[in-house]
Amino acid sequence: MFGIDLHAAALVAVIAAVTILLRFLPFAVFGGGRPTPRYVVYLGRVLPCAIMAMLVVYCLRNADPLGPTHALPELLAGAAVVGLQLWRKNTLLSIAAGTVLYMVLVQRVFV
Amino acid sequence: MVKTAKYALVQSLPVMAGYLVLGLGFGVLLASKGYGVGWAFAMSTLIYAGSMQYVAVDLVAGGASLIAAALMTLTVNARHLFYGISMVERYRHTGPAKPYLIFALTDETYSLVCSGGVPEGVDQKGYFFLVSLFDHLYWIAGSVAGALVGTLLPFDSTGIDFSMTALFLVVMTEQWRTARDHRPALTGLGVSVVCLLIFGPEEFLIPAMIGITVVLTVLRPALQSKEEEEAAHVRD
Repeated sequence: MFGIDLHAAALVAVIAAVTILLRFLPFAVFGGGRPTPRYVVYLGRVLPCAIMAMLVVYCLRNADPLGPTHALPELLAGAAVVGLQLWRKNTLLSIAAGTVLYMVLVQRVFV
Repeated sequence: MVKTAKYALVQSLPVMAGYLVLGLGFGVLLASKGYGVGWAFAMSTLIYAGSMQYVAVDLVAGGASLIAAALMTLTVNARHLFYGISMVERYRHTGPAKPYLIFALTDETYSLVCSGGVPEGVDQKGYFFLVSLFDHLYWIAGSVAGALVGTLLPFDSTGIDFSMTALFLVVMTEQWRTARDHRPALTGLGVSVVCLLIFGPEEFLIPAMIGITVVLTVLRPALQSKEEEEAAHVRD
């Protein structure tokens, strides 16, 4: 148990260190008064949208359309989240309702 | 100073609601894997990156290797490089608070500090600092409360990790709604799905990240000229 906890602490330290590095790096590199290269400014504008789509795929990476549930819980709950967000534009409502729906689906419906 | 604090508090209210709930979800999820209040507090204080902390629950609970964790953090948090780049000017003369401002630059704090100026009588540097601090405190409070609830009231939390998927889906939907050009989002989606099919669920993230950067670089002439037109349009 103690060994596992030490490893978890090391993981937290590594994740924190890399996050801090990423946050400080631009200020260290571009804080000196020279203008930021246009290629970097361009990436700064287009990457956030692409990365968010990648993270959605990452979250759904284990949903298998050919598996026992045919990925229906992910599909239905995901559609509910997007639909609610388009309709009400209330972030918290969309996340809470989608998560509860998913929990009900995997615990009660697709068991 | 009172006026600045009041303004910072009011501006940060939407983030308060969001962070308390998302923090709560993170705390409950973490506790469901057997890591309690101390872990929630430490992670939310030291890492302070919402999406990454949800991913970190997976890494910690699964006993991932340190290298895998570092690569994952690089991939998921790479966007912070770009937040930083756009805040270099704004944070240039912020004095002793600057290191903390940089450390605490989350997606939500970024959305508050990058959106234009402050009203008269409000100290901008003080506003930057207080908004950053308030948001950090909301996040810590939410996740500690979540870990407590998760530890005290054991319930069947199967499927609660979908809250992370839902969070990313909501952010993606909002980006889609407000973006004029959907090609960056479609690039992210398309390259990721192709990489997932080729490399499999545990290995696709790094190739996807590289592929996305390459495709966006190739698309730059088309995307940038359109952006510049839009920028010119906004200025008119």
